Amino acid sequence: MNLLSIEGLGISFGGLKAVNDVSFGVKPGEIVSVIGPNGAGKTTLFNMISGVYQPGSGKVLLNGEDVTAMSPHLLARRGMCRTFQNLQVFQSMTVLENTIAGYHLQESGSVLADLLNLPSSRRRAKEAEAGARDLLKRVGLERAAEREAGSLSYGSLKRLEIARAMALKPKVLLLDEPAAGCNAVETEEIDHLIAEIAGSGVAILLVEHDMKMVMRISNHIVVLDHGEKIAEGDPASVSQNPAVIAAYLGAENAAG
Amino acid sequence: MRLTPKSATLLALVVLIALAPVFFPSGFYYRVGALIFVNALAVTGIVILTGWAGQISLGHAGFAGIGAYACALAPVHWGIHPALAVLLGAAVSAVLAWLVGRPILRLKGYYLAVASLGMGILISMVLNNERELTRGPDGIEVPELGLRAVLKDAGLDLSNGQFWYFFCGIVLILGAWLALNLRDSATGRALRALHGSEVAARTVGMDVAKLKLQAFVISAVYASVSGSLLALQNKFITPDVAGFMHSVEMVTMAVLGGVGSVAGAIFGAAVLTLLPQVLTVFAEYEQLVLGLVMVLVMIFLREGVVPSILRKIRGSGE
Repeated sequence: MNLLSIEGLGISFGGLKAVNDVSFGVKPGEIVSVIGPNGAGKTTLFNMISGVYQPGSGKVLLNGEDVTAMSPHLLARRGMCRTFQNLQVFQSMTVLENTIAGYHLQESGSVLADLLNLPSSRRRAKEAEAGARDLLKRVGLERAAEREAGSLSYGSLKRLEIARAMALKPKVLLLDEPAAGCNAVETEEIDHLIAEIAGSGVAILLVEHDMKMVMRISNHIVVLDHGEKIAEGDPASVSQNPAVIAAYLGAENAAG
Repeated sequence: MRLTPKSATLLALVVLIALAPVFFPSGFYYRVGALIFVNALAVTGIVILTGWAGQISLGHAGFAGIGAYACALAPVHWGIHPALAVLLGAAVSAVLAWLVGRPILRLKGYYLAVASLGMGILISMVLNNERELTRGPDGIEVPELGLRAVLKDAGLDLSNGQFWYFFCGIVLILGAWLALNLRDSATGRALRALHGSEVAARTVGMDVAKLKLQAFVISAVYASVSGSLLALQNKFITPDVAGFMHSVEMVTMAVLGGVGSVAGAIFGAAVLTLLPQVLTVFAEYEQLVLGLVMVLVMIFLREGVVPSILRKIRGSGE
């Protein structure tokens, strides 16, 4: 049974169909990747699934519930979380605080208790901090915990974003180009991290440009071109698919 | 043992308030000190709203006006004790902030600045024009709080200036303590997070509109209590307390000292309250000097005086 189901999702911007009638599903513990040439509509698709854009047509089902166009903070409550291609970290907060922010739903209580520093408020904060430190250890950032997030390297920020997302204990994790701009070592670290998260039963949907990484870790690949799904299947079959090869070569010729 | 920044700030504040009177050349300075504390209290609210949640209000003096006139009117018209009138003013301010903020804070951008500006002007107009109730621009007397007499009976005989100095000082310490508690709690962290990135804040499940509203209501209560204290110690209040210039003053004090820091807010309030007293000789150039100070701070110490200096100290220590 699919944890996340995308059914006929589509959106137009000023008459241009950015994404048209795309359907697929993600099961628990599965890594599904969405690939395609630049401008194929991958990030737009992502933004629709995660509630940033309102789709023109189609549905998003999370655990059977219709969550189409639901606001991101309500999706988070239902166990869906995402990271961003163009990093969205809280720059002026420390690495630890960034991760604790991921515990917001578990941590937050009455404002009055927070103002008065009541034991309940302190206990919640302490639990969140302990959890956050564990997560930072898992992504290899424990030594940077007290540093301001803005001072981290790009690869570290990518891992920080994943740690923050994991703090929500999501059932579905959407990763928008987690390895973009990372060097080979950093990519490999993120690779292992994603495989490990999937291993714990989380359904992962991935948008990624790094083809080697996609082929290595995906269970299932969906290929988009000009907003349409042109192929899907396991990595081996997709990489042999003539339509996919044409889309990529065509894109390269156009670029060259 | 190393002090946390929170304890360090509070300790410094307590020591400053307790020891400053030793250096006062005359009783007049108790009055200046009390004014600083009253302003610092309102500015602490601005730190929560602007420094952490990233929202700008240009009408916070309106809440100060509500707090002030609650103390002037409620005891006379409804026989409420002035101390309870402070709470009544705070409650009215909180409700008004909630009503104004609720529709506005759902929107992105600086709509709150415009809406609060309008609200502040409205409150100021009502206070100026409802002469039957508020006696208009000439101002109105405010009843005695009565706490000084109680202390005197208990054997603690303070002059009027001394009483208000220490009373406002204690309220400021309390206000700073609450704000610093909030800063490192789930709510404060969420406020600072949404300031950094609203998109990411939503992604981790934060209800951004609700959080901003909470910050607005809390800061309104700070401004209201500040207005009440001003009215009670002056025993007289005019609608100027709710005027636009007072709102701008609050924001300026926060920005000067460092809008993200409670210590900075108190510093900014102290400087901008003291400056006019020091500059009485150059009364004509007061605005010029103020403007110059602001421009220089914005160019050289962008985060505000206190955070910039702390950063320099930490940077050189490493």
